Amino acid sequence: MGELNKKSAKILVFSTEKISDPAIDMAGLLKLHYPPTVYTISLPCSSGIKPSWILHAFERGFDGVFIAADGSDCIYGESCTEKTGHIVANTHNQMKEKEIDPARLRMAAMCSVCSESFVKQMRSFNEYLLKTREA
Amino acid sequence: MKKKKIGVYICHCGGNISDYVDVEKVRAAIADEGIVLLSKTTMFACSDSNQRDMVEDIKANDLDGVVVASCSPKLHLQTFQNVSMRADLNKYTYVHANIREQASWAHSDDKMGATEKAIHLVRAAIAKSRYAEALESTKVKAIKKVAVIGAGIAGLKAALSLSEKDCDVILIERNSVVGGHVAEFTSLSTTTETGYQIITRLYSEVLKRGNISLLTNSEVIENKGSVGNFSLKIRKITNNDNQEIIDVNVGSVLMATGFDSYTPGEGEYGYKSLENVITLVDFKKMIDSQNGKLVYNGKQIRDIVYIYCVGSRQSDGGNTYCSRNCCTSTIHASIIARHKFSDINNYHFNRGIRTYGKQEILYAESLGSGDIYLQFNEDSIPEISVNGDKAIVKINDILSANREVEVEADLVVLVGGMVPRADNSVGSLFKLPKGRDRFYNEVHMKLRPVETAIDGITIAGACQGPKNITESVNSALAAATKSYSILSKGELETSPLIAVIEEDKCSWCGACQEACPFDAIHMEEKEGRTIAQINNTVCKGCGMCAPVCKPDAINLIAYSSSEIMSMIDALA
Repeated sequence: MGELNKKSAKILVFSTEKISDPAIDMAGLLKLHYPPTVYTISLPCSSGIKPSWILHAFERGFDGVFIAADGSDCIYGESCTEKTGHIVANTHNQMKEKEIDPARLRMAAMCSVCSESFVKQMRSFNEYLLKTREA
Repeated sequence: MKKKKIGVYICHCGGNISDYVDVEKVRAAIADEGIVLLSKTTMFACSDSNQRDMVEDIKANDLDGVVVASCSPKLHLQTFQNVSMRADLNKYTYVHANIREQASWAHSDDKMGATEKAIHLVRAAIAKSRYAEALESTKVKAIKKVAVIGAGIAGLKAALSLSEKDCDVILIERNSVVGGHVAEFTSLSTTTETGYQIITRLYSEVLKRGNISLLTNSEVIENKGSVGNFSLKIRKITNNDNQEIIDVNVGSVLMATGFDSYTPGEGEYGYKSLENVITLVDFKKMIDSQNGKLVYNGKQIRDIVYIYCVGSRQSDGGNTYCSRNCCTSTIHASIIARHKFSDINNYHFNRGIRTYGKQEILYAESLGSGDIYLQFNEDSIPEISVNGDKAIVKINDILSANREVEVEADLVVLVGGMVPRADNSVGSLFKLPKGRDRFYNEVHMKLRPVETAIDGITIAGACQGPKNITESVNSALAAATKSYSILSKGELETSPLIAVIEEDKCSWCGACQEACPFDAIHMEEKEGRTIAQINNTVCKGCGMCAPVCKPDAINLIAYSSSEIMSMIDALA
């Protein structure tokens, strides 16, 4: 990964099987390119992400973690947005304690057709992470 | 415990993957991973021959699980779970890696990057496979009743088909009458029956069936539960605008909510600003209601220009899709106009005629009777101006080297297509995913064309995308059969992918109970301790309870911390 790492940041995406996965898949179908060092782990729902997983990703060398949240489209209920928000806030606090830049964890709601938005998010997050890596 | 042995198959997808990802390199990179006993590349993993080979490999090598790296799991997760089962493995021992949509296609601009990513994705799947165990489903009762939402032609046909299968149906229609758009069609091609007559025939049949309850003036306002048992609240407007709330439980929901007709924007081709410009919908009503002479605004109509693809097939904004039925519908209407009224000249300003299949007969008839067809491009659309009581429509006809042609028209008919219902409240209620065209989206266009991402909910008719009557009825019959097949056994297997509590770690704080949206967690006294317990048949496996547990006593099966962290390690 040595060479690749220079031009793209390593981003772990937590996506959801029913909502954001279809958007990420469609980005591929449409050949909308984003850095190949973006890796996705899919889960049933974004409000099931444990902060310890996110911290583990940083420990293992990921530059950034992105939560492609269900938002109001969540099939398990409307409380998802608020609960995922709490997970992010809680993790941000833990990141500050560990002196990890909280901006390395981002979240955005991704609907099942938000392919362009996903790609845009990945590109801008990648740019941010590369910039902070240089700094 | 004996060491796990798995097989890994890397798919070429006939080049869709192998054109960008070096599949042999991926295979070589993972061949020596601890639990991998055999690794192969295959031209099409989903082909019958490869599926047979997989079954043989699993049996011959006594494999404990399989990983296939191919397309999105949406397409073939089930396929390979079934292969595993045919080889006497539990389907939950199967793990899928998506190296097409998320590697070869997404990174077709970077072959090395795509290959590296595919290697990592397969490694992560292998890491997950270490934990993938045989799981047994719990069986729950499935209510053998289907709610059909929308009583247009698709909903009526679906309800009748379900009724024939001895399945109870509740047919819910928002309007006071059934039939939707089709009831308004007075003439149809290839039949002498009118839309109204067809609907009347279906409606009287519905009334005869003892197992169909028809609710008109009714809307679903609440949905709880899931496949096998959806609890719906229906609001019915009764006489004098009073409302009645009806609670009903059904095993499956079939959506047949139809479409809206495209209404041109104000000023689009002079719509609403020029008086001789009307829509196809209005034109059809006009020719149906008149006899002898065709008259509009007190003046006799002779020369009619039809402008096709209004609001359709637009590369910027608007609707990019083709509505499929509008070419046929327009040509059909123009033939009727010519037959019914004297001195009619039809000018079709089109962007390529799409009268596919038998509809070509209408096009041939129209051409044979002297209708004029001129063709334009999206970047050079017809222009309309007014001269006295005539509309002058100018086109650069691309079939005659962009020659400018002017037609002095008495009437300009704007041919708009189908658009999704403006009121999507019922779709939102069921969280139905929509496609790029904003119609409801099926799981797979070819392989699962009437199922949605929401288990137990099927789609039929034009709520899924533009369709003519034949196509709507086809999809309605398919959706009815699919909805019925889910419930036919009277019981369903619930997913075993639910939350589990490590009882030793739990000391009951109630946070998980509060987080659960399904009331699946309760407090229990066990061996002198108060702990949380999960009701396996109620838990939906969302995992909302897991992150709120301070002592980290909750994990979701197949998504446990150890699995996720081992996947992160493999991707790092």
